[in-house]
Amino acid sequence: MSISLSIIYLIATITFVIGLKKLGHPATAKNGNLIAAIGMGLAIAGTIFIHDLQVPTIIYVLIGLAIAIGSAIGAWMAIKVKMTKMPELVSLFNGFGGASAALIGLVEFSKNVGDKMQATTIVSGIIIGAITFSGSLIAWGKLNGSLKSVVKIPFHKIVNNLFLIGIIAFAVFMVTTGVNEQVFVGVLLATGLIYGILFVLPIGGADMPVVISLLNSLTGIAAAITGILYSNMVMLVGGILVGSAGIILTIAMCKGMNRTLGAVIFGSFGATDAVADTDKKFGSIKKTNPSDAAIMMNYATNVIIVPGYGLAVAQAQHVIHELEELLTKKGVNVKYAIHPVAGRMPGHMNVLLAESNVDYSLLLEMDDINPQFKNTDVVLVVGANDVVNPAAHNDPSSPIYGMPILDVENAKHIIVNKRTMNAGYAGIENELFYNSKTVMLFGDAKDALTSLVSELKNM
Amino acid sequence: MNELIEFISDNLEITYILILAIFVGVEVIKNIPAVLHTPLMSGANALSGVVVVGAILVMLNSDPEDYLALTLGFIAVILGILNVVGGFAVTGRMLQMFKKKN
Repeated sequence: MSISLSIIYLIATITFVIGLKKLGHPATAKNGNLIAAIGMGLAIAGTIFIHDLQVPTIIYVLIGLAIAIGSAIGAWMAIKVKMTKMPELVSLFNGFGGASAALIGLVEFSKNVGDKMQATTIVSGIIIGAITFSGSLIAWGKLNGSLKSVVKIPFHKIVNNLFLIGIIAFAVFMVTTGVNEQVFVGVLLATGLIYGILFVLPIGGADMPVVISLLNSLTGIAAAITGILYSNMVMLVGGILVGSAGIILTIAMCKGMNRTLGAVIFGSFGATDAVADTDKKFGSIKKTNPSDAAIMMNYATNVIIVPGYGLAVAQAQHVIHELEELLTKKGVNVKYAIHPVAGRMPGHMNVLLAESNVDYSLLLEMDDINPQFKNTDVVLVVGANDVVNPAAHNDPSSPIYGMPILDVENAKHIIVNKRTMNAGYAGIENELFYNSKTVMLFGDAKDALTSLVSELKNM
Repeated sequence: MNELIEFISDNLEITYILILAIFVGVEVIKNIPAVLHTPLMSGANALSGVVVVGAILVMLNSDPEDYLALTLGFIAVILGILNVVGGFAVTGRMLQMFKKKN
């Protein structure tokens, strides 16, 4: 490798570290993204143009074409996507990265027969790449609703774990015997793809954020493995950074949902026995209408809004901001309570609300807002369910028992906006709706909030 | 096992870098406010597209007559660059929405 390329890779690697670091602070995040992107551009350009290989022009043309096609599609998708659809897009992009790693492995396998260490990296690259690809596609399908949120596979824990052990055994066999038939590589690729599907399919939709983060981390590891294969520093360090950062993010998310990482990997959770309690009844609910709800909020001193995914689905983030502004103008103290996993990814709700210009000093995280509920007159829950379910505190048989929740039931009055009485994403009944302090405001979040706003304007 | 030890001693530099990079990744991400989890995940996702460098190397090293390798490399470059460009673009879009904290 020429010295100038090594230096370019070094610069790119530094931009990755600085970029990631800056992405972690609100004020510098935009810069961080830009710096890392520039570094990536340098690394790619350097790889294409600085080498001692005799490369025919046609190959340069093909590389240029591939880059043009991929960039155009990627940019188009990123510009077109609605902010509510963000998590599934990240999942899809991540799947593409994994597929790229698997394809590289396929090409390199036949060239490196006999060298056990190289074969090990190639075989691991193919497996991890294939798993991230198919797994990310399943996560994408689940999030955009084209796949059912919960799919039951009989004995999936045993089946999945046996399958994984099988793949590893097969990979070890391939490396130690040094087979070079393409059929074996094909089988390896196929089993990786199948495992990715088996791994993600039984996991409930509510737990998808953790899965996406984990798969993201795996793509990083696949990139790093490919980096070892080529002794390429920028791939190695870039991949490992993503891999270890991704694991930390995954753990942060698991904490928010009271899961352990081990439970994610070796025993799919989420869909478990969630159906068990659906028949339990807690009494009757009280319905309200927009005008009564508006009166309650108008005469309140402190109001907390709890936004959930329902708000995002209904595209109601702009109306809620209007409501918040209106109340503030009337002298009501309004804040938002953001559960760590509100929306579909941690921080997703913040992005959505930021999109509609909500001042983010009004967005309070769970630990900061929970002590404030007891001094709150009205809590407005919009399209959130599991994150305010008291069963997490007081029903040990509930699948979400132990998950940290927003202590909404401590407030004086609770208004819950929901489309229907259907159970939430985790599929469990919510006692909060039957609480004597709770009133239900049924309807699509956008319609309900719009009527609330117009009622308030007339007061 | 012997091969692993041999690999480590042959590639001491890579092994050092690997281990240090793991720690850098962990340290860089620690104590990130939840507000930025989504953009951060998205940014990290764009970085994992660095695998495109490998895909480009596959194409550069391919024999122009080796259509299979070229085709696979071609698709790998498209997918990898999609991950990079799409990832950075969507992260940028997300961050655009955050206003400066006063």
